[in-house]
Amino acid sequence: MSAGLLLEQAFNGLQLGMIVFLMAVGATLAFGVMNLINLAHGSMLMLGAYFIAAAAAWTSVFPLAFAAAVLMVAAVALAVELVIIKPLYRRGHLDQVLATFGVSIALNEGVIMIWGREAVYASPPSWLEGAVSIGPGFQYPLYRLAITAVASAAGLGLWLLLTRTRLGMRIRAGAEKGEMIGALGVNVGAMFSGVFVISAVLAALGGIMLGPLIAVQSGMGDPLLILALAVVVIGGVGSLKGALLASLAVGLLDTFGRMAWPALCGELIGNIVANASVYILMALVIAVRPAGLFGVAAR
Amino acid sequence: MPAPSLREPDDAPPEDGPGSRRRLLRAVLFALLLAALAVPLLGQPYYTKLVARMAIFAIAALSLDLLVGYGGLVSFGHAAFFGIGVYTAGLLPMLGIRQAVVIVPAAALAGALVGCVTGAVSLRASGLYFIFITLAFAEMIFYIAQGLRMFGGDDGFRLPAATLLGGELSLGHPVVLAYTMIGLLLVFIYAGRRIAASRFGQVVVAARDDEGKLRAIGLSPFPGRLLLYTIASAMCAVAGVGFANLVEYVSPASMSWIQSGEFLFMVILGSAATLVGPVLGAAAYVGLEQVLSSWTEHWMFWLGVILVLRVLLLRQGLYGLITGRRGAGGA
Repeated sequence: MSAGLLLEQAFNGLQLGMIVFLMAVGATLAFGVMNLINLAHGSMLMLGAYFIAAAAAWTSVFPLAFAAAVLMVAAVALAVELVIIKPLYRRGHLDQVLATFGVSIALNEGVIMIWGREAVYASPPSWLEGAVSIGPGFQYPLYRLAITAVASAAGLGLWLLLTRTRLGMRIRAGAEKGEMIGALGVNVGAMFSGVFVISAVLAALGGIMLGPLIAVQSGMGDPLLILALAVVVIGGVGSLKGALLASLAVGLLDTFGRMAWPALCGELIGNIVANASVYILMALVIAVRPAGLFGVAAR
Repeated sequence: MPAPSLREPDDAPPEDGPGSRRRLLRAVLFALLLAALAVPLLGQPYYTKLVARMAIFAIAALSLDLLVGYGGLVSFGHAAFFGIGVYTAGLLPMLGIRQAVVIVPAAALAGALVGCVTGAVSLRASGLYFIFITLAFAEMIFYIAQGLRMFGGDDGFRLPAATLLGGELSLGHPVVLAYTMIGLLLVFIYAGRRIAASRFGQVVVAARDDEGKLRAIGLSPFPGRLLLYTIASAMCAVAGVGFANLVEYVSPASMSWIQSGEFLFMVILGSAATLVGPVLGAAAYVGLEQVLSSWTEHWMFWLGVILVLRVLLLRQGLYGLITGRRGAGGA
């Protein structure tokens, strides 16, 4: 096994980790701030991918298509939040799970109604095609680097928003004591809408960047959502630091696992272990720390 | 307060369901049972299979109701156990085992084993964590099934042989399957009521309502919950055996998270913590599926819309519509 291959796998793992992070951070924010379980989160990733494919067909200027896709997802997310999610904040988890599951299957079928059952393919912008040389004898696709860059920038932007702005301060305060911040005169309803749209856009960024890499099809976001939920459990619900570390760990574990396990214990068992490794890690973490690595007591 | 009776082990206060409404529920259930028993006599395989499908999903929904309704344990991974039953029914015939007396207990045992192990971990967490963890475990089992390349992987495989009840009676025959599943459903409804009324059932219900108080009187909710989780997993696996014989196909799709969500939908459509509510919910769901899918190929879209409307607008479920009261439990 060459060092180049290991490095490439490390990059791939990092990239998967960053995409999962974009999903997980939205899920953990929605729960931390609004006490909301959102199973429609994977559909937002999917919508991002479909919208970038549609927008790219409409304009060849990639940044413009990118912005259009982000705006469209934000608009859908806002509509969903205002009509369906708002009444759910005060409901129990079961109602939230069911209603957002309903939104998810409706959106998954909705894209089939619009774009058909066949997968849609988007292509990366020409200036992001090709590979770059990082280190001697090691080539890596430029577009994949761009994914990591966008995800990192989004994560950094979110961190700045949360720690350096008044809105971020309110969001963090809302996560701590929602009623108190309402009593202090903050428009909690508008803030919740904002947080919901932000988490949807973060998920959509993952879809927008993945779009040209994989087949864009109905339900494509759901496996990533479930992976992200495992990440949230591992990192601790509501913890951004936990989400980041767990995402990267899961990304690397999954990527290297797919390479290592079949080599270690044979094709069949190896594949099974590789597929299950993330959830085995989750089970171990829960067995030791039921609230996750960085979580406070379960709510 | 009237003393709790075995007939009404559910914990909604008995006095707020008017007697006439109660009789109405009895009448509806009795009529449905009669209809379910009569339909296979018509000799129309399509309708017989529909009844069998309703009974199979009713068992799955009923077993999930034990967790969601009585335990307050919202599991989003219940389809994993359904799938374990499906795979048991599909794999054992490859070893030459076709007898239901072996396959059904084997499925129940496999479901119980996996349920006991994953439950022991999942039940350490509560609330939101529990939802996520059950979902993640189900996904893990889904991926394991998908990884079984020699058994078709993601595509699955055709059921090699139908399960034999004994003699010439095969579950591959829709009439036999329908009656068997209805019989099992009745047994499980009875079992569910006994469980809810049993000592550990009462502890689990008490833990749902106020875990702190339960702990204060020196009882731990964990053993009861684990037992309930194990039993519910076994029941759902039995439903899976029926499903494999119904569709004559074995695939990971039977344990997808969508399937888990549909089970929850059935429970809540009927209203949780009532046992018969989820049975009504499952029947209504299967009916809805048939009506919608004959009307449009995009029926999943409308199912999603109906699910959202059910949660936002209709807050009591079918059971509540008939009896005028709400089930309890869930979150």
